[in-house]
Amino acid sequence: MARLLRFENVSVEFDGLRALDDVSFSVEEKETRIILGAAASGKTMLLKTAMGLVRASSGKVFLFDQDVTRLAESKMFAIRSKLGMLFQESALFDSMTVAQNVAYPLLNQKSIQIPRDQMEPAVRNSLRFVELEQTLDKYPSELSGGMRRRVAIARAVVTNPPLLLYDSPTAGLDPITAHTIMALIIKERDVNNTTALVVTQRYQDGNLVANFRYNPESGRLDPAGDGTKTVFMVLKEGRLVFEGAQPDLEASTDPYISKFVKRPEPAGH
Amino acid sequence: MLDFLKGPIQAIQDFYELTGRALRNVIRSPHYYDDIRLQMDIIGVGSLPIVLLTGLFSGAVMALQMGRALGQYGQTGRVGTVVSIILVRELGPVLTSVMVAGRNSSGIASELGSMKVTEQIDAMRALGTDPIQKLVTPRMIATAFMLPCLTVIDDFVGMFGGWLISTSEYGVPTLQYWSTVWRALDWSDVTQGLVKPFVYAFVVSLIGCYFGLRTTGGTQGVGRATTQAVVAASVTIFVLNLFIGFFFVSQTTS
Repeated sequence: MARLLRFENVSVEFDGLRALDDVSFSVEEKETRIILGAAASGKTMLLKTAMGLVRASSGKVFLFDQDVTRLAESKMFAIRSKLGMLFQESALFDSMTVAQNVAYPLLNQKSIQIPRDQMEPAVRNSLRFVELEQTLDKYPSELSGGMRRRVAIARAVVTNPPLLLYDSPTAGLDPITAHTIMALIIKERDVNNTTALVVTQRYQDGNLVANFRYNPESGRLDPAGDGTKTVFMVLKEGRLVFEGAQPDLEASTDPYISKFVKRPEPAGH
Repeated sequence: MLDFLKGPIQAIQDFYELTGRALRNVIRSPHYYDDIRLQMDIIGVGSLPIVLLTGLFSGAVMALQMGRALGQYGQTGRVGTVVSIILVRELGPVLTSVMVAGRNSSGIASELGSMKVTEQIDAMRALGTDPIQKLVTPRMIATAFMLPCLTVIDDFVGMFGGWLISTSEYGVPTLQYWSTVWRALDWSDVTQGLVKPFVYAFVVSLIGCYFGLRTTGGTQGVGRATTQAVVAASVTIFVLNLFIGFFFVSQTTS
């Protein structure tokens, strides 16, 4: 099985503080990893290191079986084009319309050559995926927090990357909007067969991903009887303290880990 | 002691690195011409009103003070010479640059700072663009082109302000005023008057970008970056002005 992302004893230091401390794991194709952890436990740092936005102080990072730890920024762009990232506060460009934001990676990723006449359909498709086709000419400031998050997902998936990184996709959203966002993440996984890392503070997000599937006919989430390829990871002060399946996580007696585990939401959303 | 110096030295090193990368990008593709045009409009055309106003009033007040001082020696008629030299050599470049620093170093720092704290800079890198190529280099090129132009306008408006006061307050004939203004100027004055704003353009734009890109700590950090950018840019302009002044004085006297 191909490994899309691999960390080998990765540490990241900032001003003498260790944001990531000797983290090792590898992500297989079509796997979804749920990364739980308290604030400032290194969750965002882990995603940024995976993306090459932050460089590891020691250890090695492999993306698509290529060592990218010391790769020059100019060469990094081609690899980054195979990753999609949703930033915590969406990070949409304020000065551009929704359509321009979504078209941005198509226009600027050098390794993605797309004919001009296919640009608009691609942008429309991506926005249709997040059900926001009507906002093409709006500016990000005119949208609600949940809509901004959805546009940011559209921007992350417009290039059809095989690996997606979601940084706290539901942070600061009401439960209904949060559910919509998680449903989109599951839809992306099931429709396009992508691999993903999902950072979150809410256990129910991970529970949804692990136990539900997108039903293309009804457009809703159905319980996945056979389970999904979902792995849970827990970070504490930059260290990886748990890695495994949902039952193991729920069975854990570690006080820090069990704090993240709540009883699953009742099914039938 | 060494720890105390580490911060400033690191900052200077970071600034030089930014400058190097911004300059290198001038000859590297991709070029973002739309961004350069937009920045020229914001920095150049947008600064025109304040440059016109400060130029007019600084020229006028200089004629007012100099006219009286020269009058003590019976030389009121030469007020045009003094106004012209001081404006073209010193006041025009410095005043324009400091005004543009106040307006645009702060603007650049707050814009880039906001982008930094909302992860838009990271998003740019994630989506295939080098933020220095996309944000810093266009602002640098636009300022390097527009600041000398603004200085020329400022010089001329200042001379016009000087003319208003010279004729109305001291009764200097129009023809005499403008001919003294014209004859006072040497090629070296014009060179000096254009080299200065060209150099200060890099100070104004790059210091704004530098403080913007290193912003941390949310909206409060943006405010801090903005203030630091204006202060650092203005002080650097005044310090550099003396050194460039020394250089040109030694050139003309030797």
